[in-house]
Amino acid sequence: MASDITESGAAVAASPQGFQSLTDDWAADKQTFQVPWGKAMMWIFLLSDTFIFSCFLTSYMNVRISTQVPWPNPSEVFALSFGGDPIPLILIAIMTFVLITSSGTMALAVNYGYRQDRAKTAALMFITAAFGATFVGMQAFEWTKLIVDEGIRPWGNPLGAAQFGSTFFMITGFHGAHVSIGVIYLAVVALKVLKGDYEASGNYEIVEITGLYWHFVDLVWVFIFAFFYLW
Amino acid sequence: MAAEGHQEHPLSIYLWIWVLLFVLSTLSYLVDYVGFEGYLRWSLILIFMFAKAGFIIAIFMHMAWERIALIYAILGPPVVLLVLIGLMAVEGDYVTMTRLDFFGETDFVAEPHVVEEAH
Repeated sequence: MASDITESGAAVAASPQGFQSLTDDWAADKQTFQVPWGKAMMWIFLLSDTFIFSCFLTSYMNVRISTQVPWPNPSEVFALSFGGDPIPLILIAIMTFVLITSSGTMALAVNYGYRQDRAKTAALMFITAAFGATFVGMQAFEWTKLIVDEGIRPWGNPLGAAQFGSTFFMITGFHGAHVSIGVIYLAVVALKVLKGDYEASGNYEIVEITGLYWHFVDLVWVFIFAFFYLW
Repeated sequence: MAAEGHQEHPLSIYLWIWVLLFVLSTLSYLVDYVGFEGYLRWSLILIFMFAKAGFIIAIFMHMAWERIALIYAILGPPVVLLVLIGLMAVEGDYVTMTRLDFFGETDFVAEPHVVEEAH
């Protein structure tokens, strides 16, 4: 990590704020983004990922508008019974809370990273990864229930519109893949933090970059939860 | 303001946003649990969704403390998605009308092991 690239802070501090800073940053013959390159690239990757998920959700909207067959009621499809009456959407609600909890521990990990508290940073990142793995496990349970018990397939299902299955597996599958990759990413960085790879430079920027990815996964879930499960 | 690229803020702000996200998630779950319908349901879902997304981006992802050049570069482009969404909504309506004209109402009956529609 060439930390000298990021040390242009002195010049930035004197530059104007607000809209003037936008034109200054883009117009002058210098670096546009006053952040470490890794962070800028992660943001740009997340921007491209935003478009991918938006395309999925938009096509889901399109097929849900145009299908002639009634759309299965997600509230009932994703209900679970713990001995008594089925509770609507309960598994999805728990998954949402698990992911938000993991987002909170990630935010704390970033904070402790900047305090150079190696042990706490690594521990919080491992906790975040554990919550992420829990989420994927619950999703596997959900998929199993839908495929085996309810007979839902990407090309059709007994409950209603065939597009329900195709969009469900496509969108939640792609999101689940992101969570799984995030768990691996978190574990790798947490191990490096624990080993003390960033002790010498004291630069824990990587934790924030990993955090950006993880918060984005949570962010996508907010939209999937609203549009697919609640709508 | 924090030094550039060094996003260190008090712990309390994260804890408060964390609690707030839990509350907003509970509220959006309750929209379904209570069983609101129609425009009330859709507007509540969207309000809670955008509030949650906003807090995650602004605080957890530190966008509130970034410079405006980065904020515009990241949050600006997704605005064009509104065009795509608008076009696809119109197209979806058109396909619905066409299908009604040519195929009529569906004879789909929800029951196990039904053979799916040909189209």
